[in-house]
Amino acid sequence: MKKSLEEEWGELRETFNSGKTNEQSWRRSQLKGLLNLLKEKEEDIFEALEKDLGKHKVEAYRDEVGPLIKSVNYILENLKQWMSSKQAKLPLAAFPSKAELVPEPLGVVLVLSSWNFPFGLSLEPVIGAIAAGNAVVLKPSELSPASSAVLADLIPKYLDNKAIKVIEGGSSVGEQLLELKWDKILFTGSAKVGRIVMSAAVKHLTPVVLELGGKCPTIVDSFSSSRDKEIALNRILSAKFGACAGQACIGVDYIITEKKYAATLVELLKNTLLSMFGENPKETRNISRIINEKNFFRLKSLLDEQSVKDSIVQGGSFDEANLFVEPTILLDPPLDATIMTEEIFGPLLPIITVEKIEDSIQFIKSRPKPLAIYAFTKNEAFKKRLQSETTSGSIVFNDTIIQYAVDTLPFGGVGESGMGRYHGKFSFDTFSHEKVVARRSFLTDFWFRYPPWTEQKLQLFRLVYVFNYLGIVLNLLGLKRS
Amino acid sequence: MAAAACSFEATETMKELREAFESGKTRSVEWRRSQLKALLKMAEFHENDILDALRSDLSKPELESLLQEIGMMRASCKVALKELARWMAPEKVNTTMATFPSSGEIVPEPLGVVLVISAWNYPFMLSLDPLIGAIAAGNAVVLKPSEISPATSSVLAKLLGQYMDCSAVKVIEGGVPETTLLLEQKWDKIFYTGNGRVGRIVMAAAAKHLTPVVLELGGKSPVIVDSNTNLKVMEEITCIYFLKVTVRRIIAGKWGCNSGQACVSPDYVITTKKFAPELVHALKSELEIFYGKDPVTSVDLSRIVNSNHFQRLSKLLEEDKVSSKIVYGGQKDINNLKIAPTILLDVPDDSLIMNEEIFGPLLPIITVDKVEDSFKILKPKEKPLAAYLFTNDKKLKEDFISNVSAGGLVVNDTTMHLAEHSLPFGGVGESGIGAYHGKFSFDAFSHKKAVLLRSFAADLTARYPPYTPQKQKFLKALLSGSLLAILRALLGWDK
Repeated sequence: MKKSLEEEWGELRETFNSGKTNEQSWRRSQLKGLLNLLKEKEEDIFEALEKDLGKHKVEAYRDEVGPLIKSVNYILENLKQWMSSKQAKLPLAAFPSKAELVPEPLGVVLVLSSWNFPFGLSLEPVIGAIAAGNAVVLKPSELSPASSAVLADLIPKYLDNKAIKVIEGGSSVGEQLLELKWDKILFTGSAKVGRIVMSAAVKHLTPVVLELGGKCPTIVDSFSSSRDKEIALNRILSAKFGACAGQACIGVDYIITEKKYAATLVELLKNTLLSMFGENPKETRNISRIINEKNFFRLKSLLDEQSVKDSIVQGGSFDEANLFVEPTILLDPPLDATIMTEEIFGPLLPIITVEKIEDSIQFIKSRPKPLAIYAFTKNEAFKKRLQSETTSGSIVFNDTIIQYAVDTLPFGGVGESGMGRYHGKFSFDTFSHEKVVARRSFLTDFWFRYPPWTEQKLQLFRLVYVFNYLGIVLNLLGLKRS
Repeated sequence: MAAAACSFEATETMKELREAFESGKTRSVEWRRSQLKALLKMAEFHENDILDALRSDLSKPELESLLQEIGMMRASCKVALKELARWMAPEKVNTTMATFPSSGEIVPEPLGVVLVISAWNYPFMLSLDPLIGAIAAGNAVVLKPSEISPATSSVLAKLLGQYMDCSAVKVIEGGVPETTLLLEQKWDKIFYTGNGRVGRIVMAAAAKHLTPVVLELGGKSPVIVDSNTNLKVMEEITCIYFLKVTVRRIIAGKWGCNSGQACVSPDYVITTKKFAPELVHALKSELEIFYGKDPVTSVDLSRIVNSNHFQRLSKLLEEDKVSSKIVYGGQKDINNLKIAPTILLDVPDDSLIMNEEIFGPLLPIITVDKVEDSFKILKPKEKPLAAYLFTNDKKLKEDFISNVSAGGLVVNDTTMHLAEHSLPFGGVGESGIGAYHGKFSFDAFSHKKAVLLRSFAADLTARYPPYTPQKQKFLKALLSGSLLAILRALLGWDK
């Protein structure tokens, strides 16, 4: 008989309370189990992604399977060190005390995943939760049902299903899960649902990590070297059309470039598109599908307005039967059109032009804080200004998306693009409580800590607080006056 | 009428603060340093005003005010001034083969315009400590002091108005209506100190704007006292000494901290049935030394903050099954809002006093058969802000550390971990979200931006479409990090 959500949750609580998930050996065994899953069931994963998104297996490997394997290996290598306590430096006045920071698991945590990178965005947080010693529930997105089913099938086979559970379902299952008491929730998805998750978390004062999105601008400065041009264009286009057909939170949303360079850039983009995807991009099967009809029509409607239609310089066709949207480029659509006020999340690439490249700074600043800013430029002064005057989850110079694969950089947003971060050690930390443990000795006891209060005790304290050790000694010897 | 006046203030205030922040001035090191120095000057020249306010709000003993409020605030400020450059510096990170060639760093940036909502028990310190963090991190900030400590709220409004850059650092006084209005605005962070009920209100308001929060809440911080009878050397004398020190430290943490009205005050004690009488006796004698024979009249004890809390605490004592358990104290002076240090022995688990944070000068002692049984008692309870253990037994210490979860644990003392700026101060579960003090304050009010610099020097064409099996093999090898695998893929020796 199928267990209720409360029963599943109860089982996880029991498992966590038994202390099993806290053991390093358990954590390592689970992580190794995941590695085996990823290596042995690669084909199943590719098949599911093909079904859900028409994602090519090289893209699937590059963006999901590969980074997961890398992450697990990185954590396995560092786990022992991360699990150990850190000594804290205490001033002499606190002698003889010692203090340390002891990482402990939070308990039972919830991971709510997304449909565009259904394996990557499900398992990357789960890896962190396990590494930190928690019990986990993963709810994959119901919009990528093949991937969700594969996860629900394989996870119990490779991992400890008394501590790690996959619960499938849509928003009603999500709502029910949010009623329960979690020690942390990591959510990947839209800002709208992010608000719902955080509001639900209030009930139990559950801390949350919200990995949201936004419009990631890509600034393109003019290039002198043709090689640089080629590389830049490859990186931009693969981050738009080659990353789940633009359905990626850190994908390129729109380009900003100087007016005088725009025409050249459009030509370059068109040529690169051709060399990357050929005359008939749909036939190459190198571009993912749109996830479902709802999003397909949402994208279609972005081009409804005449003024937006008029700005199309490449593409613009929609194949409803295959949920395929042709790679589309637009030049200066109106800034108040939906395509420029909402996250596109699809293969439509607007180019916005400015007088001087530095104007892009104010353009970005006047809009919600994005998850990532990309800038292709060799102008050092501009780089500095851009970095210090704008804010975003991350900023990448001369590339796109690749920050996702750097274990030493935190991955997360700010403002509308999210709160909290993970990847690498940040995953471990996000699912841990850093507990302070201070130890004092009985050997010395500052008698002046206690009432009844006197002037001398006050004096001693004044000296202690500024670490004036000589003063303390003199005072005690009766040699120092205020 | 009042609401209309508030409205105007809130939106105009936000506009001014945003403009101040957007101008970039709060980001400069000079501005941050000037503000921190101004705070130090303010504390130095107006010490008496501050002491008067704390006396008015809480009858707080001067030494407690000087040390726990002003002293700690000054130390916090000095640490920030000393470490600021280091905290602001970007942190370089290593990048791997997968993204070669590249360089990465993590750069702290201010979040923007932040809100600090303070509490009434340490109204000076709990207002300024977070403020120091917000300023050090380069933000514009609004401070809303607690209306339950009105004299301090007023002094803070006046002094900060005089000493700080008012376009970027503001004090907004008021109660529930003002706070509600403030919570409707869009902040880049909200820092709240107080109780779980209001903490939830703050977090719910924050959720609307996706505002991250730090919630410094409370809980029932337990003290486990071991009898230490397993000592071998100089048994009796040592035991007496340890007991004396134990008891002093418990008293200092409880009644010496605002009469128990502190989030990390020992809330209740757990000890063995056998040891309890000795512990009670020791507590009584030290309490008399500290506070005299009539503690209700002692000037070295804070009063209860207001009549609401006085009634609340009285009710805890008056409950039928509880009032008979008083073994020391219990005297009250309703006119001066004073309650004497009170010890209770073996109150029932389902009593009110054992089910809400006491936040006052009442200390229940719960007894168990073996001291190890304490952990079983604590397990089902909510995670407190702090937990304390007095023992010389190494194993008991280790069991305590691995079995008890709380914001912070202290072995053989109480509350002192707050004074260490190198230790993060914050809760977990019901006791809170986030942490601060020292660099943790700076971090709490910063966004750590990931910066990746890539060059055009090398380009991995395997990343781009058109996708081929060779590209897949190469990517596999690259992401595995194995040099050998990469070579093999490049040379086409892979199967």
